[in-house]
Amino acid sequence: MMRAFAGLIAGLIFGLGLVVSGMSNPAKVLNFLDIAGAWDPSLVFVMGGALMVTFAGYRLVQRRSAPLFARAFSLPTKRDVDARLLFGAALFGMGWGVAGYCPGPAITSSTLGGWPTWAFRIAMLAGMFIAQRLPARSPMKAASTR
Amino acid sequence: MIGVAAVLLLALNGRIAGISGIAGGLLRVPAQGDVAWRICFIIGLAAAPWIIGAAGGAVDRPALPGGVIWMAAGGLLVGFGTALGGGCTSGHGVCGMARLSARSIAATLMFMATGVATVFVIRHLAGGGA
Repeated sequence: MMRAFAGLIAGLIFGLGLVVSGMSNPAKVLNFLDIAGAWDPSLVFVMGGALMVTFAGYRLVQRRSAPLFARAFSLPTKRDVDARLLFGAALFGMGWGVAGYCPGPAITSSTLGGWPTWAFRIAMLAGMFIAQRLPARSPMKAASTR
Repeated sequence: MIGVAAVLLLALNGRIAGISGIAGGLLRVPAQGDVAWRICFIIGLAAAPWIIGAAGGAVDRPALPGGVIWMAAGGLLVGFGTALGGGCTSGHGVCGMARLSARSIAATLMFMATGVATVFVIRHLAGGGA
């Protein structure tokens, strides 16, 4: 119960940040990625600011032995930079450049846009669903370890 | 605010605020007690524009670069890529970079580079108005 409430509040604050900063508007995101055109650098400060707050906050939080509403911290344990990571990130960046949405802003726009934003969200979930069901040892990974 | 939310989620639930991971986790076979907070996070995320509107603030309608097919193509790439690469702008770009994770730094450099390259191709080489 408390965990769900914490999730709601964190999601809400995150969403407010996305809307206030303009990240929830694809046109602004595409202008941020368009460094050769009418570049809009303001999102550098949005992401940089978020990064600095998180960097400092994470260090304070991790002095505690456990989070408030769960038994332990659930942090990623993988360390290796593999082909799967890089190929996935490359495809994600391409989709980001095509549509101007990454997952957070796409969800935040649920009540704002019409059919095209729903097309994005539904296709995004379909893409996740497919990728999650790929065999762990894909041909790409085999190629990288050869 | 994005940073505050990320710190809050770690402090309270011990979780990384990676949106693709939070949403994608709902598509897997769920572990017990692991579903409600994800759904609530997404509800909070989606409720933000409504809260701003209710408080009298102005919320821009998103200006999209294309129609249903264009956005679906982008969505498919974003969904497939984030699930394969284990994170998106928030999970790798903010939370992972804040943890100085080599994987997240590599992923962020990669998706920034391909994002910039894609916009360059669409706007300046293909001459699209997107």
